[in-house]
Amino acid sequence: MNVEELKKHANHVRQNAIRAVYSAQSGHPGGSLSSADILTYLYFEVMDINAENVGSIDRDRFVLSKGHITPGYYSVLAEKGFIPQEDITTFRKFGSKLQGHPNMNYIEAVDMSTGSLGQGVSTAVGMAMANKLDGNKHHIFTLLGDGECQEGEVWEAAMAASHYKLDNITFMVDCNHLQIDGEVEKVMNVYPLDKKFEGFGFEVVKANGHDFEAIKNAFDYALSVKRKPAVILWNTVKGKGVSFMEDQAGWHGKAPNEEQFKQAMKDLGGDE
Amino acid sequence: MAKEATRAAYGKALAELVQENENVVVLDADLAGSTKTAEAKKVCPERHFDMGIAEGNMMAVAAGMAASHKIPYASAFAVFATGRAYDQIRNSICYPNLNVKVCATHAGLTVGEDGASHQSLEDIALMRALPNMKVFQPCDGVEARAIVKAVADIDGPCYVRLGRLAVDTVNDPDTYKYEFGKGIVMKKGAKVAIIATGMMVQEALKAAEQLDFDPTVININTIKPIDKDLIIETAKTHDAIVTVEEHNVIGGLGGAVAEVLADQKERCPQYMMGVKDEFGQSGTPAALLDAYGLDAAHIAEFIQKL
Repeated sequence: MNVEELKKHANHVRQNAIRAVYSAQSGHPGGSLSSADILTYLYFEVMDINAENVGSIDRDRFVLSKGHITPGYYSVLAEKGFIPQEDITTFRKFGSKLQGHPNMNYIEAVDMSTGSLGQGVSTAVGMAMANKLDGNKHHIFTLLGDGECQEGEVWEAAMAASHYKLDNITFMVDCNHLQIDGEVEKVMNVYPLDKKFEGFGFEVVKANGHDFEAIKNAFDYALSVKRKPAVILWNTVKGKGVSFMEDQAGWHGKAPNEEQFKQAMKDLGGDE
Repeated sequence: MAKEATRAAYGKALAELVQENENVVVLDADLAGSTKTAEAKKVCPERHFDMGIAEGNMMAVAAGMAASHKIPYASAFAVFATGRAYDQIRNSICYPNLNVKVCATHAGLTVGEDGASHQSLEDIALMRALPNMKVFQPCDGVEARAIVKAVADIDGPCYVRLGRLAVDTVNDPDTYKYEFGKGIVMKKGAKVAIIATGMMVQEALKAAEQLDFDPTVININTIKPIDKDLIIETAKTHDAIVTVEEHNVIGGLGGAVAEVLADQKERCPQYMMGVKDEFGQSGTPAALLDAYGLDAAHIAEFIQKL
């Protein structure tokens, strides 16, 4: 797929993410927009997931450790055809499979139920360990927030991934530098993340999470690492693509009103 | 009477299980020698994973392994397994209903000298309140072995509560058969029914011998789902029920029995023996059971005064 096609998919993912949050009048747009390009590339170009193998574990798997960015995650799954597009507006509503945080028992393509920060990454490590045991050659990917790295469990998981030399897992951190209460560096500084992950025995890759050439190169390199785990630190902008949401901590978990929704769709070149 | 700790029986059963079932994997948090999972490591080192002193990560790793069709047995001391890793058990194991067996040892006061920080008196309450979780507590080595094997075939999250102290073997290893969700009438009597779990079953049996009448003694080895029919029938046919557990009286076996009886019209009163909403302390197991009123002599004395 060429860069233009990828951009088109990612833009549609952003539109659906905003549509989901607007429709629910709740949810997390900021991190959904910052990770939209990374997740689009992951699902369209990297993972070997398709309609035939989606119900099996004999394929690559992804754990959304930052489980709150379901608007973006569900929109990527819808873009791939694993969730009906029309279901996007049922997000967070009673009776919907599109729960506020992902439930693996409701949606076949969701590989783990998450929501409590720090846990998804541990479950991904468990999957990678099981794959090693079984000689299953498929890869495990997990996406964390930079704020999430304040959870001690992230480092317990990193320690285990390194101890067991898991080269079949890729950690990814959406480094948008913002969390609910403000700037990550001011709330509780977790940086420098590169030195911390290096100290934990990881191969560290840093890349622009909004440039598809850079995203491709980062994945190519991370997947070539042997005998140790790799982490990609994605440099991203929270709220990317919507003018008034960009770099604003206030849009971590807030829904737009009608006027803001229209403006967001206009920014994203949508038809609403 | 032969004595065996339920954790010792766990180690032996697990060593057999890893050889019988290739999907079984074992996780421990630097306590393999104490929880006895080292027995499984001896015979199958490639499926025994030491996760270090990091219980939260261990439980969520177990969830990821279960999502990969493994049957993980994850062990630590009960206080850390259920307390420190509660959120992981709740959100990564129980919410997705994954097939993890949390086998926690060193439960209750009889941990002894390590004292209150290591004596789990709340774990039944914590685990019982979680949807999808099933809760077990064997009374002796024979029952522990049977339950440890049985939970491998019970789909979904299971919590097995095990003890440190060597306890009397009250079941006959040749005839014992575990039935999921069924209480066992150890001794059929009248007037008072003692409903006990774990090592309190042996104390209840000893107490029964000290009384001037023959009470009924019931062993509840599956605390959730609990044997409602047996409890309701017992409440109809006795003058009093006394629940006995090595756990806080809040939320444990006594609470579970009270929940069953709450809406029953034809029932006798229920009295709860257990730790009265306080922490433990250091001491020998015998000194602690005496101090907290949970040995046979105290149980008999309490019942005699009813």
